Amino acid sequence: MSLHRNADQPVSIIGSHKTKSAIEITANIIFIVCAFVAIVAVLAITIYMIYSGAPALFKVGILDILFGTTWAPTAEDPSFGILYIILTSIIGTTLAILIGVPIALMTAIFLSEVANSKLANIVRPAVELLAGIPSVIYGLLGVLMINPAIYKLEQAIFKDAPNHQFTGGANLLSAVLVLAIMILPTVINISETSLRAVPQQYRSSSLALGASKIQTIFKVTVPAARSGIITGIVLGIGRALGEAMAIVFVCGNSVNLPYPFNSVRTLTTAIVSEMGYAGGLHREVLFTIGLVLFAFIMIINIVLSTILKKGGAKHDK
Amino acid sequence: MKLRRIGIFALTAVLSLGLLAGCGEKNEDNNSAPASGSSNTASGDNATDLQGAKITMSGSTSMEKFCSALTEAFNAEYNAAATAEYTGSGAGIEAVTAGTVDIGNSSRALSEEEKANGVAENIVAIDGIAVVVDKNNTVADLTKEQLIQIYKGEVTNWKDLGGSDQAIVVIGRESGSGTRGAFEEILELKDACKYAQEVDSTGGVMAKVASTPGAIGYVSLDVIDDTVNAVTVNGVEANEANIKSGDYILSRPFVMATKGEISEQSEAVQALFDYINSDKGQEIIAKVGLISAK
Repeated sequence: MSLHRNADQPVSIIGSHKTKSAIEITANIIFIVCAFVAIVAVLAITIYMIYSGAPALFKVGILDILFGTTWAPTAEDPSFGILYIILTSIIGTTLAILIGVPIALMTAIFLSEVANSKLANIVRPAVELLAGIPSVIYGLLGVLMINPAIYKLEQAIFKDAPNHQFTGGANLLSAVLVLAIMILPTVINISETSLRAVPQQYRSSSLALGASKIQTIFKVTVPAARSGIITGIVLGIGRALGEAMAIVFVCGNSVNLPYPFNSVRTLTTAIVSEMGYAGGLHREVLFTIGLVLFAFIMIINIVLSTILKKGGAKHDK
Repeated sequence: MKLRRIGIFALTAVLSLGLLAGCGEKNEDNNSAPASGSSNTASGDNATDLQGAKITMSGSTSMEKFCSALTEAFNAEYNAAATAEYTGSGAGIEAVTAGTVDIGNSSRALSEEEKANGVAENIVAIDGIAVVVDKNNTVADLTKEQLIQIYKGEVTNWKDLGGSDQAIVVIGRESGSGTRGAFEEILELKDACKYAQEVDSTGGVMAKVASTPGAIGYVSLDVIDDTVNAVTVNGVEANEANIKSGDYILSRPFVMATKGEISEQSEAVQALFDYINSDKGQEIIAKVGLISAK
């Protein structure tokens, strides 16, 4: 409207200085508000988890919860030890990463460095599709395919071991396999993106110096893309540690030491499977398990970010 | 650097989703109960108005699901204030004997001694559990002792029970489940069971037993179908008739004990028992997976 107020003024399509700065300020506010949604969410979750998870820690005793090995929440004399549950989460996630990450990294290298575009165009959509599959579907496939196969293996291995408790294939190994497949797309996508971001000159220089293609990949390209690859692995750890729906079907869910053929319970499945009917202190301890999980993910995130920062600084010199 | 920030953000997102999933289940529980309460209010225009009369109950934790559904519907329809505490069967009977509560809830039959103290055993419902095995299992009957041995992990192969040479996969429910509580209580296996799999729903147990060779599990009687075999216990088939007659051992009465007969109780307590015996009360009993005691 200000455009027509004075015909002598030069006409601007953006508007006067005043309206222009108003738009700038409004846009700024919108950005800040949007950014705060995330901060508020993180704060709310943190406060809520501590508020609802911490009381039980002191009622039961921190050591009794974190280092107790007996989980009998509904017994006459209940005990809430989650040591085996914590160990299962750590070992299950570690094994899933050990199996999943090499496969994912090789796939990422294949997609960005080795494959011709025709082949890459077949593999890439497949990986993207894998990322879009809901976790509960992984769980169902685990029940239908992995559990029976693992049960056959279990029967073969423990044929002459009368003391072994047969799990029907629902054990740590099945859970690890499902998790390893689940983290593939996360690690592949991020690693591939960071491999592609490595400047072409790096590769050309390496090749010009006489290095072979494989030497170039492992000595130049992958180290240069290191920070992105580590981010992918961190995300993979987060996904494996935090996954519940997929593994609640396949892990057996009894509280045991995390041996491959034991029925096990992870931090996430402990919450999911007992929240329905739990009451009183039992319920509060389930929130404490949530708090432990939360703390784990925070610690992993902070530690790996720090390592990353240090590594990055060294790299820049 | 940018990637890392996205990473942190995505981690938070993944985490909060996990939390939401955990909370969702609870919300469902909360929502379903008021829904049934309100439908009763709508239909209860001509019900007696008890003007907020109080009824206090205490006792069995296993009866929590039944009692909370019952008090909710009853309070809405009769404008009463029935409340229940879950302290355990023994404590409930003690409380009603001492006269500190109107009704003592017990998920076991009363002993002669308890009855001698003037407490009336009013059985309101029966909880029945069936033992199921996979379709190909040839074992059709188990004794109580065999069941105990299986769930304690003392017998681990079906060949020791007259079946084929196949490992037993012991499947049960998660702690906190009423079915698990009842099963372990009746067989005196409280927290002595060695489960190979703990499943968090009745349907889950059925599916696992149906798909795992050599599996055994326990479920509420009302969900049995032809995907699994229900075994007889001590030679008695699990059905309503056998449970009511008391021949089938995997069942227990839900008792709402009163000091003296029901007719000697206050108007509000009598109204509550009338309500349990009405069609609406029986509907609640069926809805929480129990068998009518009528």
